[in-house]
Amino acid sequence: MKWAGLAVVVVLLALPAVLGSYAISVFILIFFYAFLGQTWNIVGGYAGQLSIGHAAFVGIGAYTAAILARDAGITPWLGMFVGGALAALLGAVIGYLGFRFGLRGFYFALLTVAFAEIARIVTLNTETTGGALGLYITFTGNPREFQFPNNRPHYYIALALMLLATGVAAWIERRRFGIYLAAIREDEEASEALGVNTFKYKMMAIVVSAFLTGMGGTFYAFYYLSLQPNTVFGIPLSVEIVIRPIVGGAGTLLGPILGSFLLTPLAELSRSYFATGGWTGVHLIAYGMLLIAVVLFAPQGVYPYLRRLLAWRPRG
Amino acid sequence: MATLLEVKGLSKHFGGLHAVKELTFAVGEGEIVAIIGPNGAGKTTAFALISGFLTPNAGQVSFRGHPIVGRTPHELCALGIARTFQIARPFPRLTILRNVTVGALGRHPDLPTAEARARAVLEEVGLAAKSAQPASGLTLAERKRLELARALATEPILLLLDEVMAGLNATETERFVQLIRAINRRGITILLIEHVMRAVMSLSNRIIVLNYGEQIAEGPPAAVANDPGVIDAYLGEEYVSAAQS
Repeated sequence: MKWAGLAVVVVLLALPAVLGSYAISVFILIFFYAFLGQTWNIVGGYAGQLSIGHAAFVGIGAYTAAILARDAGITPWLGMFVGGALAALLGAVIGYLGFRFGLRGFYFALLTVAFAEIARIVTLNTETTGGALGLYITFTGNPREFQFPNNRPHYYIALALMLLATGVAAWIERRRFGIYLAAIREDEEASEALGVNTFKYKMMAIVVSAFLTGMGGTFYAFYYLSLQPNTVFGIPLSVEIVIRPIVGGAGTLLGPILGSFLLTPLAELSRSYFATGGWTGVHLIAYGMLLIAVVLFAPQGVYPYLRRLLAWRPRG
Repeated sequence: MATLLEVKGLSKHFGGLHAVKELTFAVGEGEIVAIIGPNGAGKTTAFALISGFLTPNAGQVSFRGHPIVGRTPHELCALGIARTFQIARPFPRLTILRNVTVGALGRHPDLPTAEARARAVLEEVGLAAKSAQPASGLTLAERKRLELARALATEPILLLLDEVMAGLNATETERFVQLIRAINRRGITILLIEHVMRAVMSLSNRIIVLNYGEQIAEGPPAAVANDPGVIDAYLGEEYVSAAQS
């Protein structure tokens, strides 16, 4: 398993040498959404606290790094961490309100949506962020400004982000922290009875998740070079973040990655092919059908389903 | 015998319903005390009050001389009070070992150590052979054992058992009685709610009887079983004639 993982990483490292620019851009999205799915997975998958507002963390991270670079000349390489910290702070606020007052399931989900919507509306009506016009970053191609003449460096950064988030999740998974999160997901009261400070561990999960997601905001800002409140803080982005780990297998290490490898190319290809042929929105239908299939045949996600299939195969 | 748990004037009402009314009793170190009474008598509510899942409207609970009302369940667990749930609440998608390890991690933050502790407890309750299975596939008797194992893994001083023998057949009940005795011999004090009278009579040093939230009797098993008030409220004439024959 370890060797297989290592082999995949080596292949992914070598891949840009043989890929064209468009193929690279598809991989960038696969990695980036796998990364976002993995950061969501920490609180949404392992701890089972359904957040449908993770776009808020992306948005805060993106706007923070972009504004710091524009107004204070601070390199996004640093702004990335400031954005992460501010996202973590928002995560702590959402977590405190949700967990202190015992909001669970859909109620917690609604709280996260509400905060993302507040963030969107505030950004739409703030001058510093460019308001409804959006915030545009001038292209310089300067690596110090998180910009590059071609998209190969983005490929490696997105890959690094995905591996970073996966590394963090793997680290958590093998510790008391991760086992407590799984226990909380399964039964909160039973966890309390067994000595788990459920409030504390849920807070830790959302703060870590929000911090990492916020870091990803910098990548978003300086890859697209344009930020629109309706896009970065929008519910569609939150849904994109959630859907990959759920399809791949929430609360599993490989779920978000598998989910992204399945869904991102599908979304990307259908978007570019169907949309140009006048079939706008067909990718959403494909999404819907895949989701129904997953719910019907692999309700725990594709990864646990595959693992079961492989385990049943007679050896030899 | 030093007092371990002291409950004084404990009351809890839900709207107009007095689930527990001025309950007062004490449990000494090393004892096995049973709380019995008809359904709805307030037994489980009393457990929830002692273990921090509910806050009382009045009264005090002290553990080793320290007041504990207002402490959260996880704090009480750290102090040494563990409880099981009437309806077993395993973590269904985690393995048996993981289920028990969650309990052990409180005192042993290091995962390998906690797992070793969990394995020892699984050995003790007779679930070691199933440790790699997910908890969702267990029978009722096994689930009750798992519930007990998880609580034991927290290394409690006082163990609250809420109907751990309900629904078990005679053989399983007898094995459970042996198991509880063995746990008690290790120095763990036990407070249990139970309807299975055979188990209650053979296990307990003392029995507390509740009816409509109030304590109607307390004493050694033989005395309680012959108390006319208890027979009237809970045991019934049939039990007495069956016990005498």
